Amino acid sequence: LGNNLKRTIKVFKTFPKGGIHPPENKLTAAKPTVILPVPAQVTVPVSQHIGAPATPVVEKGAVVRAGQLIAQAKGFVSANIHSPVSGKVSKIDTVADTTGYKQTAIVIDVEGDDWVETVDRSSGLVKEITLTREQIIERCQLCGLVGLGGATFPTHIKLTVPAGKTCDTVIINGVECEPYLTSDHRLMLEKGAEVLTGVEIIRKALGVGRVIIGIEANKPDAISNLTELAREFEGITVQPLKVKYPQGGEKQLIKACTGREVPSGGLPLDVGVVVQNIGTAFAVYEAVQKNKPLVERVVTVTGKSVKNPGNFRVRIGTPVSALIEAAGGMPDDTGKVVNGGPMMGKALAVTDIPVTKGTSGIIIFPADVSKRAEVLPCIRCGKCSSACAMGLEPWLISVLAQKGMFEKAEQEKITDCMECGACAYTCPAKRPLLDYIRLGKSTVIRMARERITK
Amino acid sequence: MSSTVLLTIAMLSALGLLAAVILYFVAQKFKVIEDPRIDLVTEALPGANCGGCGYTGCRAFAETLVKSTSFEGLNCPVGGADTMGKVAVILDRQPVAVEPKVAVVRCNGTPDNAMRTSYYDGAVSCRVAHSLYGGQTGCQFGCLGCGDCVAACKFDAMYMDPVTELPVILDDKCVACGACVKACPRSIIELRKRNKKDRKIFISCVNKDKGGPARKACKVACIGCGKCLKVCPYEAITMENNLAFIDSTKCKLCRKCAPECPTGAILEIGFPVKEARPAEPADVSAS
Repeated sequence: LGNNLKRTIKVFKTFPKGGIHPPENKLTAAKPTVILPVPAQVTVPVSQHIGAPATPVVEKGAVVRAGQLIAQAKGFVSANIHSPVSGKVSKIDTVADTTGYKQTAIVIDVEGDDWVETVDRSSGLVKEITLTREQIIERCQLCGLVGLGGATFPTHIKLTVPAGKTCDTVIINGVECEPYLTSDHRLMLEKGAEVLTGVEIIRKALGVGRVIIGIEANKPDAISNLTELAREFEGITVQPLKVKYPQGGEKQLIKACTGREVPSGGLPLDVGVVVQNIGTAFAVYEAVQKNKPLVERVVTVTGKSVKNPGNFRVRIGTPVSALIEAAGGMPDDTGKVVNGGPMMGKALAVTDIPVTKGTSGIIIFPADVSKRAEVLPCIRCGKCSSACAMGLEPWLISVLAQKGMFEKAEQEKITDCMECGACAYTCPAKRPLLDYIRLGKSTVIRMARERITK
Repeated sequence: MSSTVLLTIAMLSALGLLAAVILYFVAQKFKVIEDPRIDLVTEALPGANCGGCGYTGCRAFAETLVKSTSFEGLNCPVGGADTMGKVAVILDRQPVAVEPKVAVVRCNGTPDNAMRTSYYDGAVSCRVAHSLYGGQTGCQFGCLGCGDCVAACKFDAMYMDPVTELPVILDDKCVACGACVKACPRSIIELRKRNKKDRKIFISCVNKDKGGPARKACKVACIGCGKCLKVCPYEAITMENNLAFIDSTKCKLCRKCAPECPTGAILEIGFPVKEARPAEPADVSAS
């Protein structure tokens, strides 16, 4: 009987430790991507990536064309910023970003939609990869590519394998394990061929034979579409995965797809793997084949109270309020607007902030469900420890961070936390575990950096 | 029977005696000679272990005091001149006069003054809120109102005012230990010279934005216009990053600056009410 059961129930791969099953709520999975018109004004922050902010290279009053470099990367970990529109720079000023803190941004008044000549605006698929490895990496750097999964780490650094390390497998992250979000899902359906060409380019840049595209089983249409298309490519396999949060975490995805475990404090390259997001693969395709810099992305605007939730392809710098308008306007009972997924995203302080390279979704929650519940004492039930995919003890490290015992928190591997929020989600006492862990993690990282510089 | 008992007593006594002799010599060999004045000084200190002196508790401070050659730079803010006088007698040294200080909250972003643009719902901790976002007003420098400073105060000298949503410092209880200054992630609280009758004049704002955005976020923000700077006869006011600052050691409380301020960011507290001008801003945080 056991064997029969195993045969009938298809067992998908997944990561072994922890994990949770939040309601999926993929309301926009069947909504084709809508291209949003260019807004009247865009605000382009110079820091849309991890690392040093870029330096503006245009002055107030300058006339810019879409695709033109407007801010130059500064330092090793940084990314170029290009103008997403054509028009006139009206000011370079500090404006509030997603957190409400002010940072430098270039504000452009839009006039027409005039692109620089080097960008190939045609829609035809270009399959043949003519550039060499070095040229591909250079192109990614020039086009300001960053990881579009959320962390916005500059892509060209990830594509450069440092001396002493080897890479034998590329994993493409099509998991999209965050509830509500569907932008990667839509890309896999609508731009499958382009995505796969992008994957092929990434493989060429890294000089790797094996590529695994990890997709959760709740996207059967994307799995079948990419499996069909992948037949043309040698060495690209599509790996369906069991639905489990946080499977989109790099380390979890590597474990699920290859069985390898990234050591504590290590990087995927320590086990010979590089992970890239589906959105990044598409951006790589556009940059390398069409010479198009990263100036637009797909953003899911969703929520149960939203009139027309959908997936929108927008220019970087478009105000979030315009996106909400396109989705049918802000519902009257709105309590919270979250930037990113409901698990890892952060609530916005204001909605007149721009879409950046890292904006994957805008989720609107009504007031009655958005408020946090009353915090009760921890009874050491251990649910958070069972949910933690990194094998940490969230109840302990959050208290250590709260009490300022950062050395002890460091010993408890607080820096291994990827801030997925599974612990806070499962906590029956509704304790703000992640809030304190984030604080502790950033403090410990700063302390460690100070130790090195001393 | 009785011989067994006697033997036991004899054996134990002999063992005890032997152990005592060994312990005596060990104690002689490894004797720790501690300056008896450390105990005396520790007793003279308040025993709050608040860390306001910069050392990890009263005993550590006492050890430092006994080892030191002069009191320069060493002060117990809790006990003040009294305590330091007593310590000086014990150690037979000259006390160094240290100006008493008091903590001051440099933000007046009440709900009336600074419009709330969002609502914070996370962990009740200023440090967490500060790391997450700019704040519930348009001002990214002002008080977050979660009360980390109040939690840090060991002397019951602070409380959160539910109406103004700002911390209030009780001047008579504040010992200027500086715990709240360290607890505030936005460096809003400052230790200032304590004046007669707890009078104070200070700029109740830490907003470094340009005038326009600062004023838009908060009615009583310092807009960096520099008017106060010009009228100050004692050069006590400096301007940096669109923010004026009154040096409490130079300020002579002449009150020339406050009427000049177009936004009312300069607070005068503890002065008799002037006939011509009602001391309106003083009401807000004088309590």
